[in-house]
Amino acid sequence: MELFVFVVAAAMVLVGALGVVTRSNPVHAAMSLVLTLFGIAVMFVSHNAHFLAAVQVIVYAGAIVVLFLFVIMLLGVDKAEDLSVEPITNQRPLAVIIGAGISAIVIAAIVSSRAGLGPSGKGLNETTIESPDANIRQLARVIFSDNVFAFELTSVLLLVAVIGTVVMARKTKSVGTGK
Amino acid sequence: MLDLVWLIPALPLAGFLLILLFGRILGEPRAGILATLMTASSFLVVVGVYFDLLSRTAEERHHVVTLFSWLPVGSLQVDMALLADPLSITMALFVTGIGSLIHLYAIGYMHGDPKFSKFFLYLNLFVFSMLMLVLGENLLVTFLGWEGVGACSYFLISFWHTRDSAATAGKKAFVTNRVGDWGMMVAMFLAFSSVGTLSYAGINAAADGGKLAAVTATGIAMMLFVGACGKSAQLPLYIWLPDAMEGPTPVSALIHAATMVTSGVFLLTRMAPVLHASYPWAGDVIATVGALTALFAATIAVAQTDIKKVLAYSTVSQLGFMFLAIGSGAYVAAIFHMVTHAFFKALLFLGSGSVIHGMHHEQDMRKMGALRKLMPITGFTFIIGWLAIAGIPPFAGFWSKDEVLLYAFANNRLLWLIGVITALLTAYYMTRQVIMVFFGEARWNDHAEENGAHGDHTPHESPWTMVTPLVILAGLSIVGGAMQLPFSKSTHFLEHWLEPVVHHSEVSISGTWAYSNKWLLLVVAIIIAVAGVVASIAVYAKGKFKAIEPKILADAWRYDSAVSAIVGGPGRAAFGGVAAFDAKIVDGAVNGIGTEVRAASGLLRKVQSGLVRSYAFVIGLGAVVLLAWFLLRGIL
Amino acid sequence: MSVMFSLAEPTSTWYLVLSAVLFGIGTIGVMVRRNPLIMFMCIELMLNAVNLSFVALSSQIANIDGQVVVFFVLVVAAAEVVVGLGIIVSIMRRRTTLTVDDMSGLKG
Repeated sequence: MELFVFVVAAAMVLVGALGVVTRSNPVHAAMSLVLTLFGIAVMFVSHNAHFLAAVQVIVYAGAIVVLFLFVIMLLGVDKAEDLSVEPITNQRPLAVIIGAGISAIVIAAIVSSRAGLGPSGKGLNETTIESPDANIRQLARVIFSDNVFAFELTSVLLLVAVIGTVVMARKTKSVGTGK
Repeated sequence: MLDLVWLIPALPLAGFLLILLFGRILGEPRAGILATLMTASSFLVVVGVYFDLLSRTAEERHHVVTLFSWLPVGSLQVDMALLADPLSITMALFVTGIGSLIHLYAIGYMHGDPKFSKFFLYLNLFVFSMLMLVLGENLLVTFLGWEGVGACSYFLISFWHTRDSAATAGKKAFVTNRVGDWGMMVAMFLAFSSVGTLSYAGINAAADGGKLAAVTATGIAMMLFVGACGKSAQLPLYIWLPDAMEGPTPVSALIHAATMVTSGVFLLTRMAPVLHASYPWAGDVIATVGALTALFAATIAVAQTDIKKVLAYSTVSQLGFMFLAIGSGAYVAAIFHMVTHAFFKALLFLGSGSVIHGMHHEQDMRKMGALRKLMPITGFTFIIGWLAIAGIPPFAGFWSKDEVLLYAFANNRLLWLIGVITALLTAYYMTRQVIMVFFGEARWNDHAEENGAHGDHTPHESPWTMVTPLVILAGLSIVGGAMQLPFSKSTHFLEHWLEPVVHHSEVSISGTWAYSNKWLLLVVAIIIAVAGVVASIAVYAKGKFKAIEPKILADAWRYDSAVSAIVGGPGRAAFGGVAAFDAKIVDGAVNGIGTEVRAASGLLRKVQSGLVRSYAFVIGLGAVVLLAWFLLRGIL
Repeated sequence: MSVMFSLAEPTSTWYLVLSAVLFGIGTIGVMVRRNPLIMFMCIELMLNAVNLSFVALSSQIANIDGQVVVFFVLVVAAAEVVVGLGIIVSIMRRRTTLTVDDMSGLKG
């Protein structure tokens, strides 16, 4: 059963990823991204990270991709870019080599070290019928006790990002000088 | 009184500074009076110090006054210190004494010159530098004075700088002196590196004590001699002295007769122990160069027509005599001749200046004549100077020249012979000069139109400011010989006086044939001098023989043009080569580095393409390389 | 059917390999695409690959801290998208046909 779920989710992820990279229409690319994000969410669930799966769908697929689509529609950049020409010479082959290289190296690292990884932590609380929110509880407990400082900082970060973007992206009074 | 030695150079320095600041306000003649007063008071201080030294015993006549620590740099410790001992006080006496007389003279001579106060500015600076030179306790203070007098010589020779010939003469003097200065600097380096100090006491003690190797001592002595050749105008560096006559006559009298040109003689006497510790041939080289220079210059003087040029070559010749004495180990004789020469040569120069002044700046002797009646005092004093330089007893020059020839005979007969011939020629050409200027027919009227007759063209006697020094110097030229009379040991006043300074190095001729027969040599000297005078009278006054004045002598053996040809031709080519080397290779290397860096950065610039995707590629590439390295090292 | 599919259990290694491949695809996308928005989406792909690997490792070594990290990565990614899109909007407000290659003002 796990295998079936893995294969399906992996297919979703990879197809979506390839779609993002290869589709010329930005809207189609955004749709492919959503497919990838769903696949990732499914994999989260299969690892018993239910909360994260939910957050992934709500925040990533629900907010971030929607934001992307807003900008695409707002600016009108939905015109397709010409994928047949590549102005920088040898960029495509070299990019493939680099990407493949990174993947290969990381895979090599993974394969060479898979024996050394054993259970070392306190353990994950499994979500069962009896305690349906065990995972979220454990997660919340850790975030709000050990990592509360990081939590506060990230909330400040969000605030700063929002304010900064609003300031940066607004239209200046004198249209002529704005760039 | 001895502690006030520092006043001696300080007074002329104060005069220099005062005229520098207030010269234009003071104007003529107050600037001149100030300068004369400063030099004269310096002379009074020297006299005081002299009597103070006299009151001490011979061993104690060595007083050092340290003003401040000048160069304390590691192992080189040089103080600004002044040394008062018999030699330096002797020099200081006649520098300040004759200096004051010449200052007084210059007040009259430079009357009406627009740059009157500037002249005295330089004169005082010169006296200061000369006093630092002679009073210095170490080589570096002497060098300070050495360079100072060189600079002042340049200023004063080219005083009337709007005249091309004067400016060129000043440059020539400075550059030629520079060659000599190089020699002195090398000597200082050698002295410091071998002895570790630059003070005379240290170096001379090392030389006397045998701690100075003969090789080093010879090197130092020869390099000092190179410096002396430059300053004291010996072959081959004498060429600046005749040209230096472009300067005003007081300058010629002070600098180029009495004081600056004797600095070479002074320096070698100061470093006598070093010369004594050298190989014997070092002294022979000095004596030979001196004798040859004396003869060379005397031959040229026979054919000169400018009144000052004759005296200039005569100075070179007499300096040659002094070096002949030094080379023969007779330091006392050299100093004796230096002092008497200062008296009569300054007298002769000042007298010629008086003649020039009276003749309305005419310097050609062929246009003079019969001036004795019109300029009686000048004529009388000039005649005394003539008798002194010709070596007629009992005038001063006879005694000193005889001392020199005596020691020369004891050292080397050939050099003595050259000296005797030179003495003959000296008597000959000086008599010639006196006859042409003061006796004979009055030739100045023939060229009245050439000179642009302005009213009364009759020559006249000079004012009292110019005549008084002449009289004083004439008196000194008569009695100056009393310093060192050869009659017996007790009359060797100068020798006893200078004994603390030179006794180790002075050659002793007590047992030689020359000493036993010194009366014979004395008589020979008298005969030679009289013969020269008589021959000259026969040629120029009586007209019995035709005057021998070959053109080559008038052209100074064409030595000057030879030097110009060598330096201008191959010399310039060599210098051009060096300059080209500097421009192409040295500059080229430096500029080349700049060009290379530019080229390299021009190539590197291309990396900054501005394209984000290229940058992303490079980031990815870097990440791959780093990860691969981690993986290979087993970290991943 | 369960017999067939019980042949192999997807171990965490498989998930990690998948995440590596996803990361590589994201890298290629950044270098190849010229539309700034699509380049951004490829960066999101890379972030997701990292998230996946964290979760897989968290379950393998039975430590909740991996999931905590993912939580924060999500927050920061959201903030980053906000700022990035704000930048793109301000640059591309004038002309919408700009590609990344045209924005080469830093060319030396």
